[in-house]
Amino acid sequence: MKSNTTRAVRIITGNQAAALAAKNAKVRVVAAYPITPATPVVEELSKMVETGEMKAHFILVESEHSAMAACIGASAAGSRTFTATSSHGLAYMHELLHYATNARTPVVMAVANRAIGPGWNIWADLSDSISQRDTGWMQFYCSDNQEIYDTIIMAYRIAEHRDVLLPAMVCYDGFVLSHTAMPIEITDVNDFIDEYHPVWRLDFDEPSTHGNILPPDYFMELRREVCEAHERALKVMKEVEREFYEYSGRLTPLILEEYRLEDADVAMVTMGAISSEAKIAVDELRKRGVKAGLLRLKAFRPFPKQEVVEKLGSVEKVYVFDRSVSPGFDGQLFSELKAVLWDLRSPPEVYGRIVGLGGRDVTSRVFEKAVLGELDKKWVMEVIY
Amino acid sequence: MRISALPREEYLLPGNAACHGCASSMCLRTVLKALGKNTVLIVPASCTSVYQGMFPNSAIAVPVFNTAFASAAATASGIKASLLQQGIDANVVVWAGDGGTYDIGLQALSGAAERNEDIIYICYNNEMYSNTGIQRSGATPYGAWTTTTWSGKKEHRKDVAELMMSHEVPYVATASAGYLADLYQKVKKAKKMEGFRYIEILSPCPPGWRYPMEKTVEIGKLAVETGMWILYEYEEGHFRLTGVSKAIAEGRRKMKDIGEYLFAQGRFAHLSDGDVVKIREYVEDRWRKLVKMESDMHAASAKFYV
Ligand SMILES: Cc1ncc(C[n+]2csc(CCOP(=O)(O)OP(=O)(O)O)c2C)c(N)n1
Ligand code: SF4
Repeated sequence: MKSNTTRAVRIITGNQAAALAAKNAKVRVVAAYPITPATPVVEELSKMVETGEMKAHFILVESEHSAMAACIGASAAGSRTFTATSSHGLAYMHELLHYATNARTPVVMAVANRAIGPGWNIWADLSDSISQRDTGWMQFYCSDNQEIYDTIIMAYRIAEHRDVLLPAMVCYDGFVLSHTAMPIEITDVNDFIDEYHPVWRLDFDEPSTHGNILPPDYFMELRREVCEAHERALKVMKEVEREFYEYSGRLTPLILEEYRLEDADVAMVTMGAISSEAKIAVDELRKRGVKAGLLRLKAFRPFPKQEVVEKLGSVEKVYVFDRSVSPGFDGQLFSELKAVLWDLRSPPEVYGRIVGLGGRDVTSRVFEKAVLGELDKKWVMEVIY
Repeated sequence: MRISALPREEYLLPGNAACHGCASSMCLRTVLKALGKNTVLIVPASCTSVYQGMFPNSAIAVPVFNTAFASAAATASGIKASLLQQGIDANVVVWAGDGGTYDIGLQALSGAAERNEDIIYICYNNEMYSNTGIQRSGATPYGAWTTTTWSGKKEHRKDVAELMMSHEVPYVATASAGYLADLYQKVKKAKKMEGFRYIEILSPCPPGWRYPMEKTVEIGKLAVETGMWILYEYEEGHFRLTGVSKAIAEGRRKMKDIGEYLFAQGRFAHLSDGDVVKIREYVEDRWRKLVKMESDMHAASAKFYV
């Protein structure tokens, strides 16, 4: 840990953590539009820009579609950019999410996860960002506010890395994290992240055209490049995670976190805030003699195939809990897990449970009961205290 | 000013993929001469995305950023913000069709105008979606044939230049491909100003409007001479007719009959007498409205000085 690193403990919400992270990461252009539960990020940033506390240009756009378009423009012109949104706002951006990827603009965005209506539901549900899975954005799912702060800062280092150049979304459950205050360390990251050094700039002497017609002779190369960048990102994530640990003293996982998994027979797999309850369940189950463990996935894209196989290779059973669903199929994390474990010679039994949609409470008892075989249906409708 | 007096520098290079007689490319060439090298062009999906050429080539000799159909004004806002942050002074200019301006891009345009972004937004209005093969847009005039209005459009067009005036942006101007020197001068003027500037160019399109390609300039002129298209400037709250429109308003020139314009184009060939009457009334109403706007403006400023 660097001796000159200053840090202060503050009790703040996930949204405040996101805004502070953007400020400390030297973001210079913000374009954002309010939507519950991400609105306070927008308010906080606009205040910091207005008071001069944050040296940035804030574009108060008229929609999320424009927010992302403005971020892409600003990023392509050479600035570090940030936005925050949720739910319908994220869905509205969809076209531009693809655009950011193929344009290779390393925009970073906070997503306060929320269900998509109708009916109007403002509560936690990962369906909004999971349904942007194939846009080519890196996706990180946080489980507490410290992680939100740390991950946004690290996300810039990964996204802007020359081997990566991909946009990244840092996701956290709406209200459960976005509006809940927790004590977190606000590490000064001045020596961890520099001003943005863009790969390209607008050059008026040697002008180039960006994004014109790309015929079949080139398009596949572009797409393969994007996919290879995702693969390289995993390596960069490990380096950045390590470097941030050395810098801040905090080991904030970027790929995955395991809890009592070494000797486990049964593994639970989760993403996001429900993971905290799953940890309690692991302890409870162990008290009852069930050798349970938890694998929390932090990175959903790129999907850490190798790492997941290594962690789950020797368990007998896997229970995957999705706070999202793909109608017509299953929980998305469940599907991905099965696809990955298929590579094993003798894969574990894998079960999927849909939990907590639209903000329904997911308690430790839900995880316990599922593992004990007392919740044997795909849909867990019960709220069990 | 004569066309021969325009700068020799070319920023829209020969060999681009525009149709013969394309007004849009002719106007872009003129616009870039006025803007000069220190310019970044933002282009949403449109004919321009095609005629600028295919990767790895480009026919445009200033930096170009192509963007999504609805996103020109927002992307330009982002680019401008970034340049401001970096202390780079350059013309940030949108070059969009009427589809990207009147329809899908209207929200982003209105937002950028209301925020008074320091950009120049130029709409080349060919009164339809050409890129996708001649479909109606909000700028298509009453009666015009397109591939989604087979028997002629049933509604009059809307008017985004007027909408921009009601946003009270620093500068709004209309131009026509028939008068390139006028266009050049308006862009030159806009370039010197700050804040949101909107210029709309009537931009005839031979395949879409169904006329022989050599008639582009003639049609561009006829539109103005018949009052179908009105040339004006709105500058810091002041509205005034310009060029041939001004000459007509001042009685120095006679307005030509609308039929001369309509029946020079295949897209209006099917019009009934009733349709022509309807268009004539629309054109007269609009003409009266804008002439009155100018005289009200004079009256108001006259009172002010008394
Ligand atoms: C979201 C979206 N919808 C539709 C299209 C297909 N599209 C591309 S260009 C275009 C029409 C463009 O019309 P206009 O702006 O008038 O420009 P022009 O083609 O006439 O130059 C359409 C419909 C698209 N690219 N994106
Ligand atoms: S279709 Fe019309 S606007 Fe498009 S390139 Fe051809 S002439 Fe120009």
